[in-house]
Amino acid sequence: MSAIRIIAARELRAYFATPLAYVFMVIFLALMGVFTFYIGGFYESEQANLSAFFNFHPWLYLFLVPAISMRLWAEERKSGNIELLMTLPVTTGQAVTGKFLAAWIFTAVTLALTFPIWITVNYLGDPDNGVILAAYLGSLLMAGGFLAIGSCISAANRNQVVAFIITVVICFLFLLAGFPLVLDFFSGWAPQALVDTIASLSFRTHFESISKGIIDLRDIIYFVMVISAWLYATVLVIELKKAD
Amino acid sequence: MIRAESLTREYGTLRAVDHISFTVQPGEVLGFLGPNGAGKTTTMRMMAGFVAPTSGRAEICGFSMEEQPLEAKRQLGYLPEGAPSYGEMTPRQFLAFIARIRGLEGDRRRSRLDDVIGRLQLGSVMDQRIETLSKGFRRRVGLAQAIIHDPPVLILDEPTDGLDPNQKHEVRELINAMAKDKIIVISTHILEEVDAVCTRAIIIAAGRIVADETPDALIRRSRYHNAVTLRFAAAAGLKTVAAELDALGSVEHVEIDEHARSVTAFPKDGAVIVTAVGDLAGARNWALEQLHLESGRLDEVFRSITEQEAAR
Repeated sequence: MSAIRIIAARELRAYFATPLAYVFMVIFLALMGVFTFYIGGFYESEQANLSAFFNFHPWLYLFLVPAISMRLWAEERKSGNIELLMTLPVTTGQAVTGKFLAAWIFTAVTLALTFPIWITVNYLGDPDNGVILAAYLGSLLMAGGFLAIGSCISAANRNQVVAFIITVVICFLFLLAGFPLVLDFFSGWAPQALVDTIASLSFRTHFESISKGIIDLRDIIYFVMVISAWLYATVLVIELKKAD
Repeated sequence: MIRAESLTREYGTLRAVDHISFTVQPGEVLGFLGPNGAGKTTTMRMMAGFVAPTSGRAEICGFSMEEQPLEAKRQLGYLPEGAPSYGEMTPRQFLAFIARIRGLEGDRRRSRLDDVIGRLQLGSVMDQRIETLSKGFRRRVGLAQAIIHDPPVLILDEPTDGLDPNQKHEVRELINAMAKDKIIVISTHILEEVDAVCTRAIIIAAGRIVADETPDALIRRSRYHNAVTLRFAAAAGLKTVAAELDALGSVEHVEIDEHARSVTAFPKDGAVIVTAVGDLAGARNWALEQLHLESGRLDEVFRSITEQEAAR
């Protein structure tokens, strides 16, 4: 456990040692604002909730989370530091978890910095803060899912740009699985069970049900399992490819 | 003790390391020699647990790298090729990170940190980012990282690469100072280093061990071993000198180097000919600039051994 903590702490510090972290945070917060107020029509809807804000999280994450995750392992391999890390007395699982947690905590900090919008909506009206809290939780879980996918893709590629693009594509598929665009394609001929299965794989479906304020254990288990599965895949990929 | 048992590593159809076996005891400093691409780094990576062998096993102080990797890695200080480290960290942060992950706490961590900072003279750069440091300092940070937990086993892949002659000397001193009770394996292609720090040398070529001896024994393999070189003030008369030396009973043959104005007499079967040659030079009253007894040339041994192997 302590090895995970030490690795996560080092990683987290590394984010803030370069301008990358600050650039990311500024872009994330600026885009959040643009989406919420201009595209989402936060004021125009005249409703005391943050759905205009949370609706765009999946789409923002689609491009911003892979930008964080792409360097997780690709950089480690390129710089040769992976040789240092993997010859220290830590397991691959500890290293993978530590690095993932650092990225997740970083995302959580960025997400927490959107608090002014929460203050705004409370100032303007009387929203259901339970629903907002649930939506934040769902958003964080979804970000974790994206990060875990990105971690695995980053482990498989030495090139960060390639890792970024592949991660975006895979995350896109995971998002789209819940959209009519994909579901209509199947619903004409496939059995309902298959359509339901595909729909149930969607990040968006699970995120939306949590962000409505219904914290269903199944949605949480879904994200925990997605994260675990992709992190486990990361361990396997690293064991296989670390020295290539 | 560390042990390599028939270590083999294949990359596709290429066999980078081919059934390498050796054991090293405490107090030994083993030098790994070989041309680039001979399999030195791959062998060391297998010993350090970074590359899994295709077959065979590595054992560190009784712990199998495959079955008990964490215990094995705790016994080990490892400097990877190129001395990688996290460039955005300062040596202070970096070494503290390594010390923590190696389980060093409190006073022990402080005293170990002070010790390696002193030994590697890192004091002046402790708070600069590693990526801004010179190659020599970066290499020393890598070495500091490898010895911070005072491990019984050290595996160092080219520890002096990129250092200037003074720094090389310091690193060799450091290795010599630690050599007494530790197991140290270094790889290098600087042959003088083998002479300076190693008690034993393994030469590998094309993934196989082609020599495993003390540096002295390796040098004795040289055809220059016990040869005598005479240098003259003028190039005239070298041929006469050569003929006279060749006539000596213990001399196998003679080589002339016009450019260096020198004649080298090679002995039969490594016999000692220096007195005979000296006496002859005195009797003939040759205008000698220098008379030099060769102990042997390691680079020549290295070349002949590894080229033989490559030709096979």
